[in-house]
Amino acid sequence: MTTLDLTGLDTIPSQVWGAVRLVPLVRDEPVDDLRLRPQLYGDAAGLVEVGPRQAYVSYIPHGFVATWTHDGTPAAAYGTQMSADGNSAPAATMGLRFHHRMARRQAKDRLRFLPMHLALEGYLALHFGGPSIAWEEWSQRAIRQGLSPRVEEAYVGTEVHGLGDALRIFEIHPNQCGVMLYVADALAAVFAVPHPDDYRALHPTLLQDLYGELIHHYATLMPPVQEFQARIPDAQIRSLAHLRTAVADQERAWTHFHDTTMATGLLEHMYTWQTVYRMGRFTLSRFLPAFRPKQENHIGEAITDDRGRIAYLKTFRLSENQVRRGHLLSRLAAMGWHLADAAADLGIDEAQLGLRLESAGFGFLLRQDVLDAYCKQERTRNQR
Amino acid sequence: MDSYGDLIAADDVLLFVNAAITSTGQREFRSDAGEQRLSLDFLHAYMLGNYRDLYAGVLALDINDYNAVLIIRRLLETTHEATADQRRSEGRLIACRLAMLPPQRVYGLFDALRRARVNNRRTRAIMRDWLSARPDLAFDAVKYRSGLKRALRHAHLAPAAEELGPFVFAPLTRKRYATPLLETWRRAHYEKAALYELPFTAAEGFAAKHGIPRDVFLQRIAPRMTRLETLRLQESAHKRGARGVQADLTRMPLTRLAAYVLSLPVEDRLRRRHELTHALESAADRVAGSHRGSWGKVTAVLDDSFSAFGSAHKRRRPLAVALACHYLLAALAGDYTGLWTSGRTDVLLTYPYGPTPLGRRILDALDTTPSRLVIVSDGWDNAPPGLAAEVLRIWRTRLDPERRTSIVHVNPVYDAVDFDVRRLSVTVPTAGIRDAEDLPALVELAQFTEGRTGLAELITYLDTRAARMLSGHNQGQAR
Repeated sequence: MTTLDLTGLDTIPSQVWGAVRLVPLVRDEPVDDLRLRPQLYGDAAGLVEVGPRQAYVSYIPHGFVATWTHDGTPAAAYGTQMSADGNSAPAATMGLRFHHRMARRQAKDRLRFLPMHLALEGYLALHFGGPSIAWEEWSQRAIRQGLSPRVEEAYVGTEVHGLGDALRIFEIHPNQCGVMLYVADALAAVFAVPHPDDYRALHPTLLQDLYGELIHHYATLMPPVQEFQARIPDAQIRSLAHLRTAVADQERAWTHFHDTTMATGLLEHMYTWQTVYRMGRFTLSRFLPAFRPKQENHIGEAITDDRGRIAYLKTFRLSENQVRRGHLLSRLAAMGWHLADAAADLGIDEAQLGLRLESAGFGFLLRQDVLDAYCKQERTRNQR
Repeated sequence: MDSYGDLIAADDVLLFVNAAITSTGQREFRSDAGEQRLSLDFLHAYMLGNYRDLYAGVLALDINDYNAVLIIRRLLETTHEATADQRRSEGRLIACRLAMLPPQRVYGLFDALRRARVNNRRTRAIMRDWLSARPDLAFDAVKYRSGLKRALRHAHLAPAAEELGPFVFAPLTRKRYATPLLETWRRAHYEKAALYELPFTAAEGFAAKHGIPRDVFLQRIAPRMTRLETLRLQESAHKRGARGVQADLTRMPLTRLAAYVLSLPVEDRLRRRHELTHALESAADRVAGSHRGSWGKVTAVLDDSFSAFGSAHKRRRPLAVALACHYLLAALAGDYTGLWTSGRTDVLLTYPYGPTPLGRRILDALDTTPSRLVIVSDGWDNAPPGLAAEVLRIWRTRLDPERRTSIVHVNPVYDAVDFDVRRLSVTVPTAGIRDAEDLPALVELAQFTEGRTGLAELITYLDTRAARMLSGHNQGQAR
């Protein structure tokens, strides 16, 4: 259990459009030995240098769909991955079976994210070590039926009001390696990469990324947020040099305010870290919040270097429903998946827990006959 | 002492002038075409309703053609609201402005009047006078066929030349025409060689009809292209192997030239550095004219942030204006320093990139102790926001209250939401800019936006500009 540490990534003044605030994160020295897999530059390949580089470790962010397989069908990277060899296919991919029409519509090797509900399910399954086979099975159902029977309240970025415009007009800083995305001044996501070139290539994908229900609602309902205008008290300014100092103070003031006030929901809480993979001096890990209901909860993936500094980071803000479900699952996991123990821990009885699981959308985890028995038990209790 | 009403009127007029200079009803970096038009339409209606005289007077300023057409159209649509005196003065301004507009704009205006069913006596008279002043109506009949046809029909006019009527309304009924151009046009229907004697746009249609390959067509039509057509088509012609299309860059207008330079890939600019720099410098020299070197020590802060890209409609326009201003100021100033927001120093290789740290750059500029500071920016200061305003405010109020340095901000982008160009600070005058060539006049105009200028002074200024335009027009006619 440790907090998230963004040392090495500096906050600089935000850019605001409507209810969306984008806070750029810059690095003084980019991380050169961890780079995005060259295939993933896609359309941006012309903008960045993709030529032969020195030895480096490459990474593929979670949810990126590309033609990895030999038979040319698209597949999604299942979880962020690293490799030393820039050309081999990622180890864990998830085959995607698109409808004929859909497949034709998409350019063959274009870069894109997974359909949102799959990506999100993927996250939750990853974090709780869910059975990979069940997930595969579920994905087919979801793809066949579009928005699946259980409507997961996550929205693709294009649906978030004003986000497209905000990303389009955002002026990327020369050494920018990441961004913190606020909607109505609620932190929606943090995205950081090792190198400015990677960021330039991935900046537009923030629009295909997914955001929680809360973010979508805020973006739709909130009036534009205020810019933090610079204010220089003019009493003690007597020369240009004084003015220059005051200007520097203003820049520091914003950084301080942001890091100690706006980002606290992310930075000041404890996370459970799970190391997934080590390669060279880099470690890929995933982190889970403590699932505190009715509070800000972020899940995410990070690649850290040997000094523990963040090289790659991607977070997702959970919606209230997801927090509740995460809370249930974490309690269950803590009690060794024993229903009676978990119910006692939550202060309810077994049948109530069963029904709570079902209403949270985990009915499929329970055998049907067991669930029926809980329902019956609950009915008779209500009749009494 | 002016009344509040007068102050507000002066403010409104200046705001409208800024809008009329910058906005072309096209998409901008931060607003789309619809927003721009909606906002502009409101301004036009507001001005026409409240200050009809001043609204017409704006025609004498360097507003862009799009807005000039809108003003003329609205004035003609509401003829019945004007008094006899107003009609007379408006009529002169309109005639004068129409003579300055490119003919395709005027034919477009006539068509818009037709669609709006405006056909009062004044409109017909204005159309008649403009058409009779055209140097060669046969040329118009070929190049702007449908425009001329609609105008003639709408204004109930019979063309002076005997052949033109049949040519426009029943073209292929005649076996031959006596006017050479009309005869060429008739022959071009059947003979490929004839079409190369037509104006480029008319020939283009015939080339398609005869199935002539584009490169062959471009190569042979090159001598018939206008100056701007050559500039526009040069790159695509070269890609197709038509080397004959060669624009004479030293004769191009400054801002167009800057836009052309910015459209070239960086490698091409490096390769042609000498040629391009020379062309830009000589264009700037021509604009500066007798004012060359008369502005003293000038420092410019030029915005090449990502937003200088403009939009797909106005590609790199703000950056082109900044680049043109750079060369123009270098010609005007005795001692010139140009500072780009990105911190890059190679002017010719500039491209839109990065944030807008205007505040810092203005500080650097003030460090050079200029007698004149010119800021060319869209006014979106974002690293950090509002810093430029603070720096300028403190400079004006605490460090330079005697105004040894004159500061002016010119802005190439109309902000549809605020109905004005975006200002950096209330202490610094802001003016809209469309072409860098107008910079000297705009700096003059911008002084009005600083603080409180009386309406009387503004009206005097508009009157002098109108008199200047009218006398220029009359001299031109006399010749």
